[in-house]
This record gives sequence, C-alpha cells and structure tokens, in this order.
Amino acid sequence: MSSLTRTPGASRSRRRSPMAAPQSFLWTRRIVLTLLAGFVLLPVYVMVSSSLKPLQDVSGKFQWIPSTLTVQPYFDIWETVPLAKYFVNSLIVAGSATVLSVTIAVFSAYAVSRYKFRGKRVFTVTVLSTQMFPGILFLLPLFLIFVNIGSSTGVALYGSRGGLILTYLTFSLPFSIWMLIGYFDSIPKDLDEAALVDGCGPVGALFRVVVPAAVPGIVAVSVYSFMTAWGEVLFASVMTNDATRTLSVGLQGYATQNDVYWNQVMAASLVVSVPIVAGFLLLQRYLVAGLTAGAVK
Amino acid sequence: MTATVTNPEVDKSATGGTSRGTGGARRRLPRIPDRIRQGGLPYLLLLPAVLLELLIHIVPMVIGIVMSFRQLTQFFINNWGAAPWIGLDNYRIAVDFDAPIGEALLHSFFVTCVFTFFSVGLAWLLGTAAAILLQESFRGRGILRAIFLVPYALPVYAAVITWAFMFQRDNGLINHVLHDQLGITDEPSFWLIGDNSIYTLIIVSVWKGWPFAFLMLMAGLQNIPRELYEAASIDGAGIWQQIRKITLPSLRPVNQVLVLVLFLWTFNDFNTPYVLFGKSAPESADLISIHIYQSSFVTWNFGTGSAMSVLLLLFLLLVTAVYLILTSRGRKGADV
Amino acid sequence: MRHLRAASAITLAIAITVAATGCGGGTGDTGSNESPKTLTYWASNQGPSIEADKEILTPELKKFEKETGIKVKLEVVPWADLLNRILAATASGQGPDVLNIGNTWSASLQATGALLPWDEKNFEAIGGRDRFVDSAVASAGKEGEPPAAVPLYSLAYALYYNKKMFAEAGVDGPPATWDDLVATGKKISKGGKWGLGAEGGNLSNNIHQTFVLGQQHGADFFDKDGKATFTSDGAVAAVKQYIDFMAKDKIIAPGNAEYAQNQSLTDFAKGKTAMVLWQAAASTFAAQGMKPEDWGAAPVPVPSGTGKQVNSMVAGINIAVFKNTKNIDGAKKFVKFMTSDEEQKHLNKTYGSIPPVKEAQADAAFGAPDLKVLRDTLSTSAAPLPQVPNESQFETAVGTAVKELWADAAAGRPVTEASVKARLEKAQQSMQQ
Repeated sequence: MSSLTRTPGASRSRRRSPMAAPQSFLWTRRIVLTLLAGFVLLPVYVMVSSSLKPLQDVSGKFQWIPSTLTVQPYFDIWETVPLAKYFVNSLIVAGSATVLSVTIAVFSAYAVSRYKFRGKRVFTVTVLSTQMFPGILFLLPLFLIFVNIGSSTGVALYGSRGGLILTYLTFSLPFSIWMLIGYFDSIPKDLDEAALVDGCGPVGALFRVVVPAAVPGIVAVSVYSFMTAWGEVLFASVMTNDATRTLSVGLQGYATQNDVYWNQVMAASLVVSVPIVAGFLLLQRYLVAGLTAGAVK
Repeated sequence: MTATVTNPEVDKSATGGTSRGTGGARRRLPRIPDRIRQGGLPYLLLLPAVLLELLIHIVPMVIGIVMSFRQLTQFFINNWGAAPWIGLDNYRIAVDFDAPIGEALLHSFFVTCVFTFFSVGLAWLLGTAAAILLQESFRGRGILRAIFLVPYALPVYAAVITWAFMFQRDNGLINHVLHDQLGITDEPSFWLIGDNSIYTLIIVSVWKGWPFAFLMLMAGLQNIPRELYEAASIDGAGIWQQIRKITLPSLRPVNQVLVLVLFLWTFNDFNTPYVLFGKSAPESADLISIHIYQSSFVTWNFGTGSAMSVLLLLFLLLVTAVYLILTSRGRKGADV
Repeated sequence: MRHLRAASAITLAIAITVAATGCGGGTGDTGSNESPKTLTYWASNQGPSIEADKEILTPELKKFEKETGIKVKLEVVPWADLLNRILAATASGQGPDVLNIGNTWSASLQATGALLPWDEKNFEAIGGRDRFVDSAVASAGKEGEPPAAVPLYSLAYALYYNKKMFAEAGVDGPPATWDDLVATGKKISKGGKWGLGAEGGNLSNNIHQTFVLGQQHGADFFDKDGKATFTSDGAVAAVKQYIDFMAKDKIIAPGNAEYAQNQSLTDFAKGKTAMVLWQAAASTFAAQGMKPEDWGAAPVPVPSGTGKQVNSMVAGINIAVFKNTKNIDGAKKFVKFMTSDEEQKHLNKTYGSIPPVKEAQADAAFGAPDLKVLRDTLSTSAAPLPQVPNESQFETAVGTAVKELWADAAAGRPVTEASVKARLEKAQQSMQQ
C-alpha cells in the first residue's frame, strides 16, 4: 500500500511498513497533514497573490482571486533595493557561519559526549544560560567589544561580514552543541571504540564513525544554524553597512516612511526564499540517508 | 547491540567512559597511551567554542549585569565609564509593583508566560504530529516535508508582515473569511489591537516556530531502529501502540532539549511581536522582550533595561534548573 | 578544584569585560583634522527608495568633491535602523562624520554630548544662524543651548482633501476650523465612506496630532523644568478631541485604530476617506494611483474663536556632525554645502520638502499650491515638539496611551475625560527621571 509509492529520496531508506496501518491512522494522517499544509500555505498564498497585484489592489480589500495580474513587482524589486547584493551577503554570512558553527559544535559535542572531564557540567550549563538573556541587551556591549577590538588590533569586525559571521556562529553554537550531544549519545559508544582499537585516533574515530552516523542530526543542526543567521534582524541592522547589509534587514527597505510596497516585499521574499526551500528539498535526502549510514552498525 | 540504541538511558551511562568491563573493545580503551591525551583533548576540542562563547555571549552578558548597577542613561551613553553606580536602584524600579513601571513589568511577565506556554505547546504538538505522520513513506511525503519547512525558510520580517497584512481588520484575509464569507462574527474583529492580539501573536509564533520542532523531531526519528517496530508488530502492537510505546519514548532525549530551547527562545522572542505590533504592543500581548526594548532602547536608559534582563535571566535559570532536574531523573551519572 | 576553575573563568570574563569597556565610549574629544580628505555621511531615506536616494545624492557629493577635494562616503540608512545605528555609534565612538537625524531626536542626542554644538562660531562657518527659519532652528535642540544640529529639510502638516468627494457632498472648500471639519466630515461619512483618516497605531503620528491640538488648548506636555505634565486640562482635552473624531463625531472609520503602515493614505487615495492630516503626501498619492488634480491641500484647521494659532509641528530632518570626527573642518564645509541656497533648492524640490533656508524658500518652486501651504505653515504657525532629552520616551508613552484610547473607541467602549486622564496619568508615571 502506501509504502509502494515512494519518493526517490525515501527509496534509500529501506523503510517498509512493518504492518498495514489501520484506516483510522490513514485518515488521521490525511486530515492532520492537510490541515497543517493549509495552515502553512495560507500566508504563502497571500504572498504569491499579493506579489502579482498592482500596488493599488494589494492595499485594497482582500480577494482570493486577484482581479488584475501583473509581474511588474518582480522586475521592480531589483530597482527599489539592491536585492541581489543583499542576497549574496546573506548567503556568504549564513553559509560561513553554518560551516564554522557546525564544525565547532561537533568537536564540543564529541568532547562532552565521549569524555569524562572536569568542568563538563559547568560548560554545558553556561552554554545553555546564554539563551536566557534577552538578545537585545547583548547588542550594545557586543558592538562596543567589536569596536574596541577593531581599534586595538586593526581587525575590523564592526561593519564587516567577518564580525557578523562570528556573531551568528556563536548564536547557533549553544543549541547545536546541546542537540549534537544528544545525537552523539544515541550512537553506541562501541562503534567509535572499535575504530579506536583499529588504530584511528580520537579525531579519526569522530570523523569516520560518529559524524557519519549522526548525519541527520548534523544536517538538522546545520539547517538551524543557517536559518539563525539567515533570519536575524536586530544585530544585522546595527552591525552592517551599505556594503554588507543582509537580506533580512534589506527587505525592510521596501517600506519607506510614507510608502509600503507590499507587492514588492512579498515578491522579493518569495524570490529569495525559493533557493532556500530548494536547498531544504535537497537536504532531506541526507536526512534520510543518515538513517542508512546509522544503520550500518 | 542494536537494542541499546533505542534506550538513551543505557547509552548515556556508557558515554562518560565510566563503564568499563562490559565488552572486550571497551576494556582496552584506557590502555591506549592517550591517558594523557584524554586529559587535554576534551579541553582542546572545547576551546574554540569556549573562546567564542566568552567573546560573543558571556562577556556581553557580564557587561549587561554590570550595566544593571549603573545609571546608564543617555547622558552617559557617550562615556560609559562616567555613569554613576547606583547599586540596586534599577532593580528597585523594576520590582516596585505598585508603581506603573513595575506593575507593567509584572503584567507583561504574566502575558509572556501564557504566550510561551501556548506557543511552545502548540509548536511542539504540531511538530510531533507531523514528524510521526511523515515517518512512513507515502506518495507526496517529500513535497509535504518541504512545504512544512517553508515558514522556517521565509525571512522573519516578510513572514510576520504578511500575517499582519492578513490580520488587518478591514482588508485582511482573516476577517474576509470569518466575517464576510462565514459570517461567524457580527462585526469584523480587531486582531492587531485590543484583547485579540494575544491570539494573533500565538498563531504567528506557532506558525513560525513549529517547523523547527518538526525538523528536529524528524531527525530524531531517524535514529529509531526499524527492528524495534518489527519486534513490536510481531508482538501484535498496532500502529497507535507503536507510536505510544516506541516512538514517543525514543524521542525523549531530543524532546528534552527541544522543549527547553523552544521555551527559552519563545520567552525572549523579540522579532515576532516587534514586527507585528511595532514599538508598543497592545496590553494583552505586551511581551517582556518588547518591554525591555522600550525600557532600554526607547528610553535610552540601559540600566533599567539591564536590571529587567538580569531578573529575567534569574527566572529562566530557575525554571531551567527545575526542568533539567525533573527531566533528567534517571539520566544522571554521565555528567560530572 | 571545580570552584577554582569556575572562579578563574569568571575572572577571565571580567578581565575581558574591563578591557572592553575600559576604553569604551566615544571620548569627549572635540574633533581633529587627521584625515582631511574624506568624510562619511549617513543620509536618511527621503526619496521613494534607498536606491533612489543614492542616485539623487551621489551627483551632489561629486560636486562637493570637485569644489573641496573631499571625498564623501555615502550611506543611506533606512529609518528602521537609523536611531539604533546612531545609538551604537554614540556609545562606541565609531560613527560617521556627518549624519541626518530626525529633528525630534535633537534634544535626546544633544543630551549625549556626542554631537557638535552649533554655537555662534560654528554657525558662522556655514553662513550664520540668520539664514535659517527660526522655527526650524528651534527644533534642533533645547532652548537656550547651542543647537545640536542644523535644519536640512523641513516639513509641516497640511489637511489633504479629496476634491471629488467634497463636491459630491456639496462642500465648497476645505474646513478652516475643527467645527467645520467635523461638520464636513459628518456630511461625508456614510455608505462606507468616511470624513477623516487617522493612523491610530503609529505612535509618532498620534503624538504629532495631539501635540498640535494640545498647543491649541494651551498645553505643552512639559513644564519649564522639563517635567512631564501630561494630565493638564489642556492635554486631556486635546487627546479627547482627537479620539472623539471617532468616538463621538464618528467621522473616522473604526478600522483606523489599528493603522500603522500608512493605510490612511491608501484609503484616501482610493476615495474611502475624504480628508487626512499628513506631511508631504503627494508622492504617496501618486504611487497609489491618485491624480494630482483630484486632491487639494489646506492648512490644518484651528479652533473657532481664540485658540493659539499653532496648526502643525515642525517636522523635518536635521544634519549633524559627530564631535569626534577626524575631519572637523571638512564636516563643517559639507554642512555648509548641503545648506547652501543652491543645494537646498535642488534637494528640497527633489524630495518634496521645504527648505529651512530663508533664501531658498523664496524660490518659485515652493510656491506651488500644496507646497505653499506647507511653507506658510512653517513660517507662521508651526511649533517644534518639546525639546526635552526624553522626547522619545514621551512619544512612546503618550503615543501608546493614544493608541490604547483608539482601541477603546473602535471597540465601542466609552471614551470619557476620566478614561483619557487615567491613560495619560499612567503614561506620565512611566516617565523616568
């Protein structure tokens, strides 16, 4: 039944329904998933339809079916705001922050998960406590620190992509570390111990055994790191300048003091989100592929 | 050995390196001359994280705490060193619940608690439901997975402004459906001002937040070995029972972290209410983060804002400690 | 041992903290001429988009470079970020040399001491204080102190009205008094159309409107010592009068209570409301597809009888110099350039604002009907918002009180003198210092 028709990504999973699911389950699934999809897509529909309307129509009474369709907003978005530049900035910042953050988190989580050492608890709890302070109050102190590092060492962190990358990678670290500790813990220790016996060093064991087995977790954490950097507004608004401004802040450029270009905001948001959603689509193969790797045992 | 995978408690106890003598491979580990390496290696592995956390999180936090004891108003913002120390005055202002500032802070604290409870609860519920229902492959699973992650992929500003657009009283979609098409309400309701604002805030927050729970739980599900389900189904357990007996317990370690961070993030969330309501939220949806923003960036009085933040930090520390103690029962021994 | 480690970690953190803050802050030095060939300039977003602003300003900056040899690095900062950027720059000393500020922020920024005070000597360097309209200079800082900035673009409120809707309702011309406005509004407000628009969720706009009404009722919102007096009879009457347009007179649609994205302008452009009080809205109407001949502009009404003849706040943008600039002479030259008659005419024409420079104001371009209204208002009947250091707190506190009152009115809850006073009382108590 349901397991016969599989998406290409899922076909690797060797997953098969152990027993035929009862009708009650299938109906629950249909209903719940349909409702969820509706909930998720409702604003997306509004964005799509609004992005295809002339400005006068967007700000009028809502209509399910637009009375006038135009693709003009999709051309205007590049003129109103240097969207392409912001997009590239965001990509660089979020991409670098993700790679660095995940790498550092993997090391830390491995240490916590596999070693016994003094200060472990202090480390994990301190890392977690950073999530309890309202982000807005980090802003000024961090800015001050960056400026002071800049004036004493000449490393320009303020206004540069580097500073933003550093900030974002640290923002996503605490959760990534905690999450990866959980994943690593659920990978049997015997696996990497066997590798150690085979002559791999601890780092070898980490990369040859633990990391491949934790791919789903690492992918999930990477997605999280990327999105943290991708969507952050407040710090980006203060720490970037014209040349380094990121998308999340740049999108606000469609709302000027007197005018809000609703149709362009929506068009631009959709345009920049398409690559991200496509990336998710690609990644979910790996989310599933991780299962195969983990199942080697 | 597969059986151990599913039982996090068992694994956990094996992680600290304390369990020797269970298997041949294990016993040999301490003999490897990395006894010395063992000593330094974990610290080396932690070093980059520690340095970054210090620079970006801990030091600014300490500065924030220092700020809370000073009268850091606009008169001193240009030269922080000159801001006078005023001891606990900032805290006194914040907790004087008879005066408007303290009273409003207390009110917004309760609003935030209610908001966080519903937002986290619903986000977790939807995420769990979707992850479990998408566990088996069926036609359209891939596309649904991608759809469910869309709210996560959309820039916060764009997503929230779209919701605000939909919740407009006169021209928005929500009232168009509720009032014009279904006729549920006699009068079009306000969603962005007045008492309904809290519902709006929860809906938008859940919409933004649940895909994250979904993503994490989906990844967590991948670690449950097939054999468990097979064994259970041979024992005659139906699918609902399998979900209750195998899936949900196996997600516990993921859930422990997930619910905690969802709670912390939601409690401190600034972007959603700020884009939705601007600088001043309606009373019914007056979250503490907006409040702290008003008490620091709007008034340029960073001392009071910092004091409020420190109080918030203490509260969240307490909740987290209790939470971790409650959820970690039986998982102890691994950490030092 | 564990405690020791924790203790040493904390010590390290504190050490870094001290190092970070010890030299923090933009020290109070008064500028130098270390780098006389470059300037950084933060412009505010005045045109239809940031990109448009760059296109407008770049040729002017080139002109300045040709004249003086100083290269100006321009950044147009969106309004959403500008104040926080300035705040960060003030706190760290790392900012631009020259910047635009909203004129209502003047006194707040003046209090930080980070901006160059425009005393007689500095004013002399740009051609003297007398070149500027008095009300505009008055909106650049606390009374009796050297202004913290120099006026750059000025604006005032006007009453925009829809000519066709007026004709259909049989109204001859724009109302001159509030009584007229209410009467006109009542004639128009029927069948889904409304007399007046308001931006109830926009705190600044709430303040601007109630401030003017307050002035007409003789209320200043602050006394001479800078203490808040929000609950004075005049202030209560002003706020109540504004809310009553919806609550009692029913000439504002209830939906306006939540407007914060300039929907009131959209409604006006679509012919849903016949009047709106706004500053320089012409380009927005055009963007919304309204033809210029369909609307007119008139001065904001005044009370019938003998009220104080103030009918607008002084709105606008000021240009300021950071005290710690490395090119103080260049910065002054640049301000002189931007406030020169020629640039004033050109830039204000482009942005649809009014030059605060008297000479430039006389240009025929600013005599067009709608701009003339703004110009005359500015020079005769506009007053600056309270120039107090905690102005932004005032905007948030009272703006929110008015917003909540709108919500009451829209929900049909009674708005009485007592309820208005209670809200304002709360706002006043939340003012610190």
